[in-house]
Formats: sequence, structure tokens, C-alpha cells
Amino acid sequence: MSTGMALEQQNVWAVEVEGLSKSFGPITALCDVNLRVPHRKLVTIIGPNGAGKTTLIRILSTLSRPSSGRVRVDGLDLIEWGAEIRRRIGFASHQTLLYGDLSAVENLRFYGRMYEVPDLEERISELITKVGLTERLDDAVRTLSRGMQQRLSIARAILHNPRIVFLDEPYTGLDQRAAEILSSLLRELLAEGRTVLMTTHDLIRGAEMSDQVLVLLAGEVVYETNAAAPSRQDLNIIYRRYVEGR
Amino acid sequence: MNKLGDSWLLSLIGLTGLAVIVSLYLVFVYVPTELIMGIVQRIFYFHVPSAWVGFLAFLVAFVAGIAYLMRREPRWDMVEVSSIEIGVLFSTIALVTGSIWARPIWNTWWTWDPRLTTTLVMWLYYVASLMLRRVVDSEDRRARFGAILSIVGFVNVPVVFLAIRLWRTIHPVMFSSEGFEMAPGMLLTLGSSLVTFTLLYLCLLVIRVRIEYLSSELSRLRQLSIPARS
Amino acid sequence: MRFWRGVAAIVAKDVAAELRSKETLSAMFIFALMVVVIFNFAFELRVENVRQIAPGVLWVAFAFAGILGLNRSFVLEREGGCIEGLMLTPVDRSAIYMGKLVGNVLFMLVMEAFILPIFAVLFDVPILNPALWLVIILGTIGFAAVGTLLAAMAVNTRVREIMLPILLFPIAVPVIIASTRSTGQILDGLPLSETYTWLRLLLAFDIIFTVIALLGFEYVLEE
Repeated sequence: MSTGMALEQQNVWAVEVEGLSKSFGPITALCDVNLRVPHRKLVTIIGPNGAGKTTLIRILSTLSRPSSGRVRVDGLDLIEWGAEIRRRIGFASHQTLLYGDLSAVENLRFYGRMYEVPDLEERISELITKVGLTERLDDAVRTLSRGMQQRLSIARAILHNPRIVFLDEPYTGLDQRAAEILSSLLRELLAEGRTVLMTTHDLIRGAEMSDQVLVLLAGEVVYETNAAAPSRQDLNIIYRRYVEGR
Repeated sequence: MNKLGDSWLLSLIGLTGLAVIVSLYLVFVYVPTELIMGIVQRIFYFHVPSAWVGFLAFLVAFVAGIAYLMRREPRWDMVEVSSIEIGVLFSTIALVTGSIWARPIWNTWWTWDPRLTTTLVMWLYYVASLMLRRVVDSEDRRARFGAILSIVGFVNVPVVFLAIRLWRTIHPVMFSSEGFEMAPGMLLTLGSSLVTFTLLYLCLLVIRVRIEYLSSELSRLRQLSIPARS
Repeated sequence: MRFWRGVAAIVAKDVAAELRSKETLSAMFIFALMVVVIFNFAFELRVENVRQIAPGVLWVAFAFAGILGLNRSFVLEREGGCIEGLMLTPVDRSAIYMGKLVGNVLFMLVMEAFILPIFAVLFDVPILNPALWLVIILGTIGFAAVGTLLAAMAVNTRVREIMLPILLFPIAVPVIIASTRSTGQILDGLPLSETYTWLRLLLAFDIIFTVIALLGFEYVLEE
């Protein structure tokens, strides 16, 4: 972890995006996006469906290529250092990225091997306990509830101890209780010193713990709060003005 | 992106028209009727060039596919899909003329000759690859998949041909080891047909690529015209 | 080294999942069995020497069952978006291809191992011949090498069940021809030296298309 700290001092931003554009054929999903995420913060990107949030976060996670612009994750250029970046980031979306036929343990074991996680079995036990799945660890993931699957998915995302975590609409389909568990997990992630970048269309959930909020609309960043965490009223005003246009 | 301006295209069409007239004259008037096969043999001058153009078209698609994957410029994708469509068209002509030619000569609608069978197999494949393009929703993916399929398909052509040839041979030998078995007049006519068909291919390719380009422009403009939110 | 460790992890994962559900292998086996039996009946009434068509029947059965397996292998990755899970790992994309290829070959070989004895009984042919096994292995590798690439593409389309066979069969024609021919020669008792041409063709196909698929797979996965 000490080398990690040294690197962190070298690059100020966990994520640095300059002039990012992405087109799918004639459709422009992102247009000249600029973004800076500082280390150890929770940044939330809000916006209506179709704003480009998923496109943006998928590009940052190396799942998608930018059409133009420069992206740096953890100080490394996205195109040049793809594999290394993937080692340092975790990603979870509303899709679980888990194999339904395998158990929770088997899933984690597979990903652990792919990420070459040291002391894998210990780490798996640690994470299973942390996300509260100890009773169901040998059951096929298919049989778990949505909330449990989501928690396991987060466990998978941080299995290899990434410093930066990307979450795409993680609260989708979660009931109240599951959402609360997720929120406490997120708080733990931040307490552990990780950086979290999250997208959501749910204004309240998204912003309540955030250090910084961005509003994305039709592929462009239309509003950014500064370092201070925004209050709920402020956010409501912002959202109404930019997203709903009143 | 008009690679060839209107004047170029018109000249090309004019030249092709000229070539068609010359070739038709050569095929139907100039060249003598072949002794053994009779009039039907004249189909040869349509059959062979069609097969040639099919091969050329798939070769062009192969190159365009590689170019697209390396450069990601949409025009390579347009060239590739256009070329494959035209290639399928001419391969169809080759198959049909081959069949029509075979019937009176060898008394069968289909000879399992290596060249013809390879054409049939690859026809199936390229038609399937065009189908795949239709059922892929994402444009970017469509282009990438199309490119890979063009590359895989073309690499397979010699392999398929070799396999089938190892398996059967009944096609009439045209170029024996001593030299051409065809009379000089026939060679000229064949040459002229080949040139004509190649020009035809180029014409169709340019026109088809233009259509593709305009269609993509239309989508782009439609997208822009969607009113932006304030 | 990381490449092969990734490959091993993917194969182990696919095997573990299959051991749990047993869906893919049983479907493949039943389908191949059906093909063999039906062809047996279909031809027995017309053909004097059933042995003549035996190699063809065998490879048709293998091919159709193989397609089932190839399809399944990627459909399972699509559920839960797992193919992205694979793409997020630091291993090379080509390792994903190799892992899937090895898994597919493995499953096909298992299915083939179960079908062969039944085939031997129905068609009265000798199967305890290492030369035959060599042909089957080479043919399976070739089929799966290009099949894995095409399946990865086909699974992304709306009509994935149709797409894979119509793309794969034309490409696999050399494999089918070479495999059936050499199988026929071996079953007829000819020495291995007679089949060298076909074996070389099979080997060439395997190498060429594995390389092309390895290079091309990267482009299939990216967004």
C-alpha cells in the first residue's frame, strides 16, 4: 500500500477527463466532457435516462473506447495502460457480472484467480462476511435475492482491493433495506480510503453522501458543485433548473 | 466524402457502356461458335467474368475490412458492405450461368466442380454475413463484425477450394501445361468480357458506396434535428 | 504466464458451472445421439453398405451438437453481463478467447467420447484406433476454433440460434470434408500414411483459424 501512497501524491486526481466525446455512429452520446475526481471522495453523476451516464462510466472502466479526448485513471492514460488500470479499478452496475450457476464463493474464487488476488481464500471469507452473505455462500447465485446479488457484485468489484470504484446505477431494483445496506457499504469503502464514482438518476440517494455532484444532460456536463457537499434543497433546485428546465 | 465527383462517375459509366457494347459485339458476332459445345459455349464469356468479379469483390471487402479495423473510418465499412453485396450478386450470376451451361453439355444441372462448389459455399457464407449485419443493432458493432467476417471469409476461400478440389474434379481444363487451349479469338473475347465486368463492378461499387454514404448522412442529420433540451 | 493462468481459470469456471447444471453436455449428447439414430434409420432402408455413410453421419452429429455447445458457452456469459466481467479483468482479451476455445473443445470431446461407442454399435465399425481419435481431435479443434469466434459475434444478435450455424457451416466445410474423408479411410482400415493429405489440411486449418480468431477476438469484444 505504501507504493500506492507515493503514486497518489504524484497524481492529484483519481480520474481526469479532458474533452471526452463518444459517438455511436451518427448518435453523439457524450460531447466534450471535462471531469476531475479527487482521491478518497465520493462523486455522484446524476442525470435523466439517456444523458450518457452509463456511457461515461463504461469508458472510465475501460469497457468502452472514447471517440476523442483524453482520459486518465489513477494517473494512467486509458488507451496505453488499459490492463494496469483494470487492476486498480472495480466496477459494478445493475448487471451483477456473476455466474448464476456457480455459488458466491465459486464466483469470487474465479475472479480472484483472474485478478491474481493474494491470499485468496482469506480475502473471500473477509468479503463474504462484510457483505453479509455468510449463510448463503455455497448457494447458486441464481437463488439469491436481488439485494444479495448486488452485494455480492460489490464484493466482486472490490475483491482485488482497487483504489477506485465505479458504480453504475447501483441502487436500481433495490428495496429500502437493501439500499440501506448498500449505502453503509459505500460508507465503508470511503472509510477505507477508496475513491468512488457513482451514477444514478435517483437524486436523493445519489447525493446524500456525496462530496461532489455533477449533472449530466444529453451528453454534456451542465452543472458541477464545488468541493462542499451540496444540501438537498440546493440539489432539488439544480435538478429542476437543468434537467426539467424550470 | 465524395471520393469520386459526378464527372468521374459519369466518365466511368460512359467507359463501361462502351466496353459493354464492344464485348457484346465480340461475344455474339466476332467469336466463332465453338465446335463441340455449340452456341451454349458463349455463356462462358459471362460465367467466367462473373466468377472473377465475385472473387475480386470479396478480395476488396477483405482489404476494406482490415482497413476499417485499423483506421475505424466509416468509409471502409461502406466499401466493404457494398463490395460484398455486389460480390454476392455476381456470384449468383456465376452460379446460375454455370448451371445453365452445364445442363446441355454435361447433362446435369450441377457439376460438383471445385470452383463452382467453392463459389456456392462462399455464397452461403457471404449471404449469412449480410444477414448478420441486419440483425446487429449497434452501428459500430455492425461494422466491426462485418469486417471480421469479411476477413475470415476471404481467408477461407483458398482453403475451401483446396479441400473441395482434393475431393472432386470435373471442370474442363482451360489452361493446360502447354499453353492456352482456347483459340486466340476466344482469348480476346474473354479478355474483353473480363475488363467489361470489372468496369461494371467498379460502377456498381461507386454508386452503392454513395448510397451508403447518403444514407448515413441522412441518419446523422436526423439526429441533429432532434431539438436539444434547454 | 498470466495468459495461461487466465485461460485455466476460465476453463475451470466453465467446467465447474457445467458440473453443477449439466445442461450443456446432456443437450449436446442427446442431440448427437438423435442425429446418429435418425440417420441410421433414414439410410438403412436405402443404402446397401451403411458403413459408407457412417463417417458422414458421425461428423454431422458432431457438428450439430457442437453448435449447441458453442452457442451455450456464450449465452451463459451474456446472462448477468458476465462477458463484461471478463473484460474488466487485467488478462488479455485473447486469453478469454483461448479459455473459451479450450472449454468448447473439451466439451465437444466429452460428447464425442460418449457418442463413439454408440456409433460403433449402430454402424458396426471399429473405434479403438488412435488414428481415429487424432482425426476427431484435429477436426474438433478446427471446428471450435472458428466456431468460438463466430459464436461470440452471433450471440450479440437478435436471432442468435440461426446466425451461428449459417455462418459456421460454410467456413467449416474444409474441416467437415477432411474429417469425414480421413475418418472413412481409417474405418476402412487404410494405413495412416494414406490420410496424410487430409491430416495436413486439418492441421493447417486449425492453425490458420486459431491465429485469425485470436487476433480478431479483441475486435469482437470491444465497445
